[in-house]
Amino acid sequence: MSEQHNDNPAPPPDAVITAQGLTKRYGKANAVDAVSFAIRKGEVFGLLGPNGAGKTTTILMMLGLTEISSGQVGVLGFNPARAPLQVKRRVGYLPDSVGFYDNLTAVENLAYTAKLMGLSLQERTERIADALRRVRLAEVAHQRVATYSRGMRQRLGLAEIIVKRAEIAILGEPTSGLDPQATIEFLELIAELKRGGTTVLLSSHLLDQVQRICDRVALFKAGRIEMMGSVAELAVQVLGAGFVVEVEAEGSGIARKLSTIPGVTKVETLSADRYRMTAERDVRPDAASAVVSVNGALKRLSVDEPSLEAIYARTFQAKREGVRHAA
Amino acid sequence: MRREGSAFQGLGTVFVKELSDNISSVRMLVLELLVVLTALAALYGAIDNLRQNTAEDPFLLLRLFTLARDPLPSFVAMLGFLVPLMAIGLGFDAINSEHNRRTLSRILAQPIYRDALLMGKFLAGLATLGVSLTALWLMVIGLGLIFLGVPPGGEEIARSLVFLVVAIFYAGVWLSLAMLLSIVFRSPATAALVALGIWLFLTVLWPMLAPAIAQVIAPPDPRYAALGLETPDTGLWAQFLLRISPNDLFAEAMQAILSPQTRTLGAVFLEQLRGAIMGAPLPFGESLMIAWPQTVSLIAGTIVLFVVGYVIFQRQEVRA
Ligand SMILES: Nc1ncnc2c1ncn2[C@@H]1O[C@H](COP(=O)(O)OP(=O)(O)O)[C@@H](O)[C@H]1O
Ligand SMILES: [Mg+2]
Repeated sequence: MSEQHNDNPAPPPDAVITAQGLTKRYGKANAVDAVSFAIRKGEVFGLLGPNGAGKTTTILMMLGLTEISSGQVGVLGFNPARAPLQVKRRVGYLPDSVGFYDNLTAVENLAYTAKLMGLSLQERTERIADALRRVRLAEVAHQRVATYSRGMRQRLGLAEIIVKRAEIAILGEPTSGLDPQATIEFLELIAELKRGGTTVLLSSHLLDQVQRICDRVALFKAGRIEMMGSVAELAVQVLGAGFVVEVEAEGSGIARKLSTIPGVTKVETLSADRYRMTAERDVRPDAASAVVSVNGALKRLSVDEPSLEAIYARTFQAKREGVRHAA
Repeated sequence: MRREGSAFQGLGTVFVKELSDNISSVRMLVLELLVVLTALAALYGAIDNLRQNTAEDPFLLLRLFTLARDPLPSFVAMLGFLVPLMAIGLGFDAINSEHNRRTLSRILAQPIYRDALLMGKFLAGLATLGVSLTALWLMVIGLGLIFLGVPPGGEEIARSLVFLVVAIFYAGVWLSLAMLLSIVFRSPATAALVALGIWLFLTVLWPMLAPAIAQVIAPPDPRYAALGLETPDTGLWAQFLLRISPNDLFAEAMQAILSPQTRTLGAVFLEQLRGAIMGAPLPFGESLMIAWPQTVSLIAGTIVLFVVGYVIFQRQEVRA
């Protein structure tokens, strides 16, 4: 289940980023309002929510790029305000709409930051060539960045994180402004980072684009985390169920058999041969064997994955109505 | 609170990058061209003037720096006017352009302190100005050799080297002012306009305003006026006010160094004249002492402006 109700849970032992009561005030307004979360090693964690929800501000506090008003944040056991270099040596950051020196080539841009990382000439040369190959920019490595598209710049930013061999990659709005093809490519690169053992923290307001690659998400609203957990967990909690599986099959006793599958919360009979199951997980394989086990003939099997958009819309719609009733 | 690691980590890297940016920039090329052409014109005037007056002069080389021929200003006056322009040109977009290119957060996410970025940019700017001024200095020496045909003496070289150092500090004041404005104003155009406004005010308006303000603070005494003399209090105030401007400090220091017969700067008092033969050059060391307060003020101004910028920059939020 989601951790949203535990105000001060002990961070899990494998947590690499922990925030407790983290708050940022601008004047009287709280841009980030006492958020607490723990990000585990190796996971892809999404800070999700609409523009202005406080995602970027949360990230800036982790990197010491803005002062913390109250609360605490720890990154790999270091306090970013006290030991910023320790944090920044181990964390790569790709800001929203990242910028490079347009008059320099990709290699020159990376060489500059690699020098700032303290890498030797040989390390720089090897790592930069390797990183550019991995983000598929090797062919344009010696072109000025002025000629790069938005998607190429994003990938160059990722290459910088690869050069750093960062333990944690923090990505701000990595897919906004990218066309569908570039988005898919970029998400694949993030998945590769994760396979290589990097913990990924990303922020996004494009929920549907990133939901597939996030192991867990925190839904931000007006500076607070409204809910946190895996997409499936949140779906169960908010929508009653995560997955909606539709089965079309001929035979008798199918509905009863389907309802015995573990994780299925409801089975509706839509018409003579059509059933709709709501379940906590993707139960298509179990549904198929259930139909077969009662000697039915399976004609169609489809699944609607839970959508973060739906979860988000439902949550905040309910909240708003609650407020209206209270008023 | 003690910070971990060195504040200067990455300083060299930033310095090298900024220096190569500066040197290869079109903007710097244009500014240097402007300065060189103006300098050549000023030197031409001085050489022409010197050739017509072939009187014995132990400091022929120094005359090249200070001699003016209408309508051209002297080389030193020309530098006093143009060096701020070069420094502003190097500094007005130092930090805000990193914001606007959205490179700042990416750079500051590397394991360096902001100190290294700011200091690296400042030192690279100062080095660029230093290289340009040294080139100009060599140009003066070279032209002197060619057209006056007299090899410069040791003291002349020493004095002209002091000129070089003070000119670099003078450039430093304007560079740290321009960088401060680049931190305060997010738009480079605004920063440039404000910097140029201050420059015009201090070079053109302030020399007229300062004496006027002095007369308000310390009204002239009619008894002095009757004798056609300046009231000492009014004169002191005017001098004090003028010295707020780095241009005035630079001009005074240069006068002491490059015109060896200078015994005092600003108002002349009788005690200082007593026993002194007007026109006899002072030893190098004494000229240095006269120029010292002005030089220190220029250095102090540089440091103060830099520190103000530093403090603001440290606390600035870096979203871009
Ligand atoms: N410098 C600032 N001064 C005042 N308010 C700010 C400042 N920066 C951001 N905010 C406010 O803080 C809130 C959170 O902003 P941000 O973290 O950028 O949101 P997100 O990244 O989720 O879009 C917004 O309401 C924004 O208007
Ligand atoms: Mg944002």
